[in-house]
Amino acid sequence: MLVRQTWAEFLKLWRVPAFSATSLLLPVVFYAFIGLGQASQPLFRGSHITFGAYFLASMAVYAVANVMIFSFGISVANERGMKMDLLMRATPLPPLVYLLSRCITAIFFAALTLAVLFPFAYIAGGVRLDASEWFTLAYRVLLGSIPFIALGFAIGYLAGPNSTIAVINLIYLPTAFASGLFFPKQLLPQIIQNISPYLPLYRFGQLGWDAIGAPTSENITTDWLYLAGYGVAFFAIAAWAYRREESRKFS
Amino acid sequence: MAPAAELIDATKKYGEIEALGGVTIRIEPGEVVAMLGPNGAGKTTSISILLGLRKPTSGKALLFGLEPTNLLARSKVGVMLQESGVPAMLKVREIVDLFRSYYPRPMTRDRAIAMAGLEEKANALVRELSGGQRQRLYFALAVCGDPDVLFLDEPTVGMDVEGRRAFIERIAEFAHMGRTVVLTTHYLEEADQLAKRVIVIDRGVVIADAPPGEIKSRVAGKRVRFISPAITEQELGGLSVTAAAITDGRVQLLTNQPEAVLRELFRRGVEMSELEVAGADLEDAFIAMTSH
Repeated sequence: MLVRQTWAEFLKLWRVPAFSATSLLLPVVFYAFIGLGQASQPLFRGSHITFGAYFLASMAVYAVANVMIFSFGISVANERGMKMDLLMRATPLPPLVYLLSRCITAIFFAALTLAVLFPFAYIAGGVRLDASEWFTLAYRVLLGSIPFIALGFAIGYLAGPNSTIAVINLIYLPTAFASGLFFPKQLLPQIIQNISPYLPLYRFGQLGWDAIGAPTSENITTDWLYLAGYGVAFFAIAAWAYRREESRKFS
Repeated sequence: MAPAAELIDATKKYGEIEALGGVTIRIEPGEVVAMLGPNGAGKTTSISILLGLRKPTSGKALLFGLEPTNLLARSKVGVMLQESGVPAMLKVREIVDLFRSYYPRPMTRDRAIAMAGLEEKANALVRELSGGQRQRLYFALAVCGDPDVLFLDEPTVGMDVEGRRAFIERIAEFAHMGRTVVLTTHYLEEADQLAKRVIVIDRGVVIADAPPGEIKSRVAGKRVRFISPAITEQELGGLSVTAAAITDGRVQLLTNQPEAVLRELFRRGVEMSELEVAGADLEDAFIAMTSH
């Protein structure tokens, strides 16, 4: 049952090119445009970290958080828009299996984006990291993306079914910029620099940059704690939005 | 053995509006039951409560003696709802396989697809299906788990005459396997063809619960129709009829004594043409029962 459901969830997302193509290819395209030109330059004078490696970490964070928010946002919105939830609820499918199947699918998709991005950075960007650094980067971005699952859920239930994608873009893209995922934070206006330490994506980015050895502003334990806090908050909002929807439709 | 499905004095209010006013229904395994009633009578609400999709305001619902939300109870139930969607980007065979995986002893995929007459569309994406084909897909999803009870909420709504006829045969085929079928409809001929028991719901209460034949005979034996352009309501007064209607000079009467009624009409000197006397069908009975 879980295998079938997961396979179905995967196909549903895979066959929406607006999701599968953009989530797999956009990070690579951004990497090509912004990262490749200066990939072999040191991150700053005297650093042994290349910009290529630094920007790889940025795009890994961007890509994985993107998959998490969008896959959950889109599937929740679709379901509400097409009234799929009604029929599903009348079947003997346990809700937990349903939720689990979507999580597995999203993690699988996220891993897939890394499987495209990493070799691209290695071949085209000449990025060389230790095996342990590749591994640390991969597991940190997968683990650190959990709060964004909840954020996707929350937006899926709070926004109208047709406006979900627009709302996510409106939130996600600007915060990705403000968190320094596209340009190092030091290049951003001062007011944004003051806000960025409080953005979940900034904390998530720190985990990625630290994984490849780039210096970060605080200890990564602080970043994990921030992310855990955001995770709890987002899950609370998602749960509240879900219950609101339930009581509206099924009481 | 516990009844397949049971509503016990169930009421349902949506805000101030009372959709169900105390409905008690007991459906035994193997029964084929049609719930009949005009739009807004409370049929869909009854089904939703039986399936655990809505909570009754008071009273209760049971499936095989269990709460309707119990997964064991649900694994014995196949459902076709009005107004429900399925993922547009899955193929017919994929979604049938998905739904089969929810049930402990499903029928084969090919059999479910064949029962719905969708063999030619097995490899098509759901979004490529026409309205009628989609309706058949919902039927395939409802039967694919080989359920003991099949709930069908307005299964043939929006189908053409030919499509409905074929669909009714498919439901009958499933019922012949000894399964319980509960369907709601406002097409009276469907209830007449399929069901051995008809429950008439109107304004949230059960107003009749009997075999189709009995419901027909309860109301009126014969239907008298004729055309009389100048007729007035007064000229029909005092006749022994159970229902009378005049529309644009067309008169329809339901009565158990057609001879006496006609004799009286001739005595009153009512002009008439195209006189017709026939056995009342379920539709007539239904109109008579629900006219207020």
